[in-house]
Amino acid sequence: MGDNNYMKLEFLSKSQNESFARVVVAAFAAQLDPTIEEISDIKTAVSEAVTNAIIHGYENRLGTIVLEATIEDRKIVVTIKDMGKGIEDLKMAMEPFYTSKPELERSGMGFTVMETFMDELEVKSELGKGTVVKMVKEFNSLTTGE
Amino acid sequence: MGGDTLQLSLNTINNTLIVEFIGELDHHSSEMAKHMIDEWYYGKQIKNIIFGLSKLEFMDSSGVGLIVARYKICCENGGKVLLVNNNPQIERILQMTGILKIMDEYSSISDAMNNIIKE
Repeated sequence: MGDNNYMKLEFLSKSQNESFARVVVAAFAAQLDPTIEEISDIKTAVSEAVTNAIIHGYENRLGTIVLEATIEDRKIVVTIKDMGKGIEDLKMAMEPFYTSKPELERSGMGFTVMETFMDELEVKSELGKGTVVKMVKEFNSLTTGE
Repeated sequence: MGGDTLQLSLNTINNTLIVEFIGELDHHSSEMAKHMIDEWYYGKQIKNIIFGLSKLEFMDSSGVGLIVARYKICCENGGKVLLVNNNPQIERILQMTGILKIMDEYSSISDAMNNIIKE
């Protein structure tokens, strides 16, 4: 172990790719021998970011989503990028329960879920250019007997 | 449609709709689920909904959005929404989104049903 690794995946902003994207990241992270809880956390966070790109970034039009993941020691860094419309007010978008599309019955908890289930979350967005979500999770050390 | 990751089982007892989810509840699968649930709810004069979540392998905030929206509808009709779950992974998302502060959770569908009958 301790080997660094990298993967990149591009897919269309179709909602059936939400499960595809989170399964890919879970399979990639499997080489770190994560716990069931850690895998569940990372799948949920990826699902939230990809769903945001589809609903808000591309507003259900077709575009490309780029998913990259890097393994650095016991850490996984995942970035999810869209070239969609961008987020106008990032601070407001990240508030719990805020949703720009209440008619879609969104819970407004997407960013809160990402923040809670991952160790680090960084969002960069530019109007008309798109959004990049970067998330980091450190997996428990194998030596602690986890 | 092929490749569906979610199966729904719907049943009614008196004016209560029992919805059991099997598989994965995300944005994609929740769209289909919403339509089916609402068809049953409005078509059969339903007041309460019991959501069975124990057989879910995955749920994200889209699932929470589906439940909260149905909770509002039931409240407006003088009914209530009860959750049934004994899956620790699903419990984490229920707890972190605060949904358990407004809805009661039971360990089995019959427990939830008994609670409705008692009223």
